[in-house]
Amino acid sequence: MTNFIDLTLSGVTSGAVYAAVALALVLIWRATRIINFAQGAMLMLTTYIASAVITSTGSYVIGFGAALASGLLLGALVERVLIRPVENAPELTAVIVALGLYTVLISLAGMVWGATPRAFPPAFSIRGYDIGGTHVLFAPNDTFIVLVVVAIAGILALLFRFTSLGLQLRAAAFNSEVAQLLGVRVGRMFTVGWALAALTGAVAGVLVAPSVFLAPNNFDPIMISGFVAAVLGGLDSPPGAVVGAMLLGLALSYVGGYAGTALVPIAALVVLVVVLMVRPTGLFPTTSERRV
Amino acid sequence: MSSLAAAVRTGHVGTSTLARSLGLVFGVALLLLLLSNWLGSYHELQLADGAYYFAALAGLSVLIGLSGQISLGHGAFMAVGAYAVMVLVGHGWALLPAICAAAAVCVVIGVPVGAAASRLRGPYLAGATLAFAVGLPALADRFPATLGGENGLTINPPAVPAWLGANFSLEEWQAWIACAGALVVLFVLYNLVHSGIGRSLRAGRDDEIAASLCGLNVARQQTAAFTISAGCAGLGGGLYAAVLNLATPSAFSVTLSLSLLTGVVVGGLGSLAGAAWGAALLVLLPTWTTSLAGSLSLNTNVQGNLPFAIYGVVLIAVMLAWPTGIHGGLRAAARFVSTRRRRR
Repeated sequence: MTNFIDLTLSGVTSGAVYAAVALALVLIWRATRIINFAQGAMLMLTTYIASAVITSTGSYVIGFGAALASGLLLGALVERVLIRPVENAPELTAVIVALGLYTVLISLAGMVWGATPRAFPPAFSIRGYDIGGTHVLFAPNDTFIVLVVVAIAGILALLFRFTSLGLQLRAAAFNSEVAQLLGVRVGRMFTVGWALAALTGAVAGVLVAPSVFLAPNNFDPIMISGFVAAVLGGLDSPPGAVVGAMLLGLALSYVGGYAGTALVPIAALVVLVVVLMVRPTGLFPTTSERRV
Repeated sequence: MSSLAAAVRTGHVGTSTLARSLGLVFGVALLLLLLSNWLGSYHELQLADGAYYFAALAGLSVLIGLSGQISLGHGAFMAVGAYAVMVLVGHGWALLPAICAAAAVCVVIGVPVGAAASRLRGPYLAGATLAFAVGLPALADRFPATLGGENGLTINPPAVPAWLGANFSLEEWQAWIACAGALVVLFVLYNLVHSGIGRSLRAGRDDEIAASLCGLNVARQQTAAFTISAGCAGLGGGLYAAVLNLATPSAFSVTLSLSLLTGVVVGGLGSLAGAAWGAALLVLLPTWTTSLAGSLSLNTNVQGNLPFAIYGVVLIAVMLAWPTGIHGGLRAAARFVSTRRRRR
């Protein structure tokens, strides 16, 4: 029973991290209909920046802030410089540009920081709580991870629902031509969408870094899980991304705990295929219309 | 003379697709034969690499370009093909039947995967096939006794037949095997693209509803296209096994699937010539960037990563300059030149 509770708690923690990555992918998908395969490399870069800032200033909070700021900047920059020119090209063109960017960022990080994994400080203790004399696999830092992801999901929801910027973002994503006719600066909204997405990704990077260690390729599995989670939930639905990520986090945690870690990638495949066979556009499809 | 040129350009020479495809295959075979005679053993291996990449890329290119389905999982089919050859040759099979069986195994696996894929669209299909590419190589770790675990499986290199003479190198023989497989793929896909099946696939891609109203079973066609491209990827994997004599899970990671997609799109989607460009790119670009980085005196971190950085920059640059890939870019350039000449 304690094993079950431990697995559930660690599933919630990893689900929270997947949720942040999935949200980043969903934001970009809604804005520009592109799967950002460079997301894993982008959040790797912002986490390295956070690590450098934490080392030089000694403050976790400033480092976290640096990750957020560099994420915003990087997302906006990537959209303006690389994605805008291929926005009207065949849809796979932007995917290849993103893969090229992934390669460039990974190798740049390797050039500057080398391939040796580095430790990244957690925000709080990683020693599990003692509840009623038993030691559970859930530490103050895990509470922090879950709360931060809940906060960022909440802020994004409020931003999209209750602000003028959010309305313009939704309009630009829903129908860019009509939005443009109504005076929405669609290009700027796409830039803002990418910036917000990269910021969300940067949060995920800083949160997960203490457990995966900091190295150029160490965030690739998080990116893949985030993508699977986003597809599970339905790429058009931010709440779907969060639910999909939680389901995936729990499922993978149980499989890893009860059946062995070698089966985890296969379990992810099985979960995804089963869900997609029943619901081909994810758990939370926002529209039944299909572009033909 | 000019009417003949026009007829050739539009493809109406009065000959059947079969005859044209045979002509193409024999022409390319002759070229490859001359090339393999002229190349040294290192470049012969590169030719062999290009040939097995071509087999997988051509299948994927037809799938994406013709039926509009995206697969990020073709590296997994290559893995199945390579492991099938490894296991069968390990059980005493000859290489040729083992390679054929590898392609057949992938066709058999391709049917259910393709049937599942025909229900999915765009990014959902991409996600499912990506999970396939991640999940399948993990099987090698799960069954270390048959599949060799992390270290993978090895076989002895194929024996060079005696009738080719004592001076015939192993590399040239491997290049011949791989090129023969690639030519089979070229023949099959050329006929497929120019057949009624190819036309109905394009109809289903362009407008699914209209195509079904015309009586086409789009889902079944998409399953067929997926199955054929899975078979091509399996054949490519089998050829890989014949050339490298080694299959490890790490060789068939997600990176391979993504490189296949990259080769297809950068080469030019939907055309067999584009697949050839993509294969050349996947083989030559890493070699060139590595030797370029090696010729500069840099510190280890920079030197080790520079090839990948250049690779990424080239991908981005090609896509920004020619969004339709190398083949599309060259065709546009040729069209530009010919209209200029005609105006004059």
